[in-house]
Amino acid sequence: MAIVQLMEIAIARSGDKGDGSNVGIKARTPALYQFLKANLTTEKVAEHFKEICFGPVTRYELDNIDVLNFILEDSLGGGGTETLIMDAQGKVHGLALLHMEMDVPDALLG
Amino acid sequence: MSTEKTVLIANGQGFWGDSLLGPKRLVEEGPLDYLTLDYLAEVTMSIMQKQRLRNPELGYATDFVSMLKEILPTCQEKGIKVIANAGGVNPRGCLEAIKSVVSELGLSGLKVGIVEGDDILDQIPELMASGEQFKNLDNGAAVETILDRMSSANVYIGAKPIADALAQGADIVVTGRATDPSVVLGPLIHEFGWSMEDYDQLAAGTIMGHILECGAQCTGGNYCDWKSVPDFARIGYPIVEAKADGTFVVTKHDGTGGLVNVDTVISQLMYELGDPKGYLGPDCTSDFTTIQLEQDGRNRVKVWGIKGSAPTPTYKVSMSYENGYKIVGQLTYTGPDAIEKAELAAGILFDRVALYGTTIPETDRFIELFGTNVCYKGIVKQSEPPGEVLLRVGAKSQDKELLKLLGREIAPLITSGPVGATGFAGGRPRPSEIVGYWPALIDKTKVSTTVTVEEV
Repeated sequence: MAIVQLMEIAIARSGDKGDGSNVGIKARTPALYQFLKANLTTEKVAEHFKEICFGPVTRYELDNIDVLNFILEDSLGGGGTETLIMDAQGKVHGLALLHMEMDVPDALLG
Repeated sequence: MSTEKTVLIANGQGFWGDSLLGPKRLVEEGPLDYLTLDYLAEVTMSIMQKQRLRNPELGYATDFVSMLKEILPTCQEKGIKVIANAGGVNPRGCLEAIKSVVSELGLSGLKVGIVEGDDILDQIPELMASGEQFKNLDNGAAVETILDRMSSANVYIGAKPIADALAQGADIVVTGRATDPSVVLGPLIHEFGWSMEDYDQLAAGTIMGHILECGAQCTGGNYCDWKSVPDFARIGYPIVEAKADGTFVVTKHDGTGGLVNVDTVISQLMYELGDPKGYLGPDCTSDFTTIQLEQDGRNRVKVWGIKGSAPTPTYKVSMSYENGYKIVGQLTYTGPDAIEKAELAAGILFDRVALYGTTIPETDRFIELFGTNVCYKGIVKQSEPPGEVLLRVGAKSQDKELLKLLGREIAPLITSGPVGATGFAGGRPRPSEIVGYWPALIDKTKVSTTVTVEEV
């Protein structure tokens, strides 16, 4: 096992959805996708974003393209048009998720 | 090589304010059948309503018309048709402006189509009397709370009217609030004769639109592996090569910068995605879990397998309303103790505003110390005190004058606050209106769109 940041094993993109954001994360290999699907839970993501996201976190799975899609409600300080924060549209929430560290089996790392 | 018909559709404008190089280079640097352009975001309609109130000839994306002036001769020469949701709240005004441009350029024989009927602001009372509730789609709130402050109300209409305008020979089609994917789906319905019940094809066209709608975001822009993207300056805007069965290839012109691979395309598929099985659009519901992709040569990604189903009986409505004012100003504080000094300065600012007689409540105040990982709050720890921070300070209020006062009191902090303040070059900030966004639904049978095609 090795502790790695998710940016080593996945890519991501995020954007605003009302007063929340979505974070899509795509694993770099199908095996890593199975790992993330089993281990990157809504609880882990909610804990990671606890000072940014104040609503529930929902997860959707896209097995066809090795993608997990997370919806972070109430994560923009009042919504894209009303908020005063710098990242008003959650543009960097994707990179924020990729800063998470996980213990990944060596066999899955290239 | 297959002789099967292929339609080339590009998007040269991902949002209002996108680079003008996108559309110009798309029409000049390679083959193309359709150039689509996306101008509208949630708040845009409200801005355009205000522009039209001040001048009845305005209320559309004026940028579109000046851009058209640059590319129209090439488009006419190469037979490239242009589709844009640039009409805002005044597609007819946009049509008149296009006429002037065409005559200025000395062109003739062009047909311009406009799609109207999405703007329902004036019909809200009668629509409500007929049973429409316009409850807030996000939180269920009653629309009565914002009725007297509503500044725009537009239905997200679909691709059919665009296809109809093309069938009537339009070379340019301008719509109001058509959905972003509709400007791509419209030409496909026209070219391939898809029926409005061919849900798999309609879903494929919708997903082509989703991939294209943010311009260079699927050709290497905003892509995590940015070091692998060549020649960002000359980044190629995206093109789909579509087939009648709904399969397509995402690519860009030869010789342009950027990168098209499975990951750059998937990155854009993930953008602003909700429930992947139920991507709701006006013409169909698309299932993102059916998408198949593979690399099909250099800077080419093949996409197939997409399934769709019948759309819902409602259209989405985008409403906006006036929700008070906001202001944010900024000052840079340098170290030592940059954070402490910036926090002190923000406190002084609010105290001084209070000395004029009105205290801004804590809940309406805003303080952000940029440079302390605010975008990664609670995620990336600040290891050492930063050498400098950007103090972003402001407030929200119904009282515009109070915010003006706050804006005036920021610069004086440089000479009458803690040492180390600089960077007021941006000048005094001014309050801006907060445009509240109110998504709702409307019964499709209550909405009728009209298509007008004129030769100019």
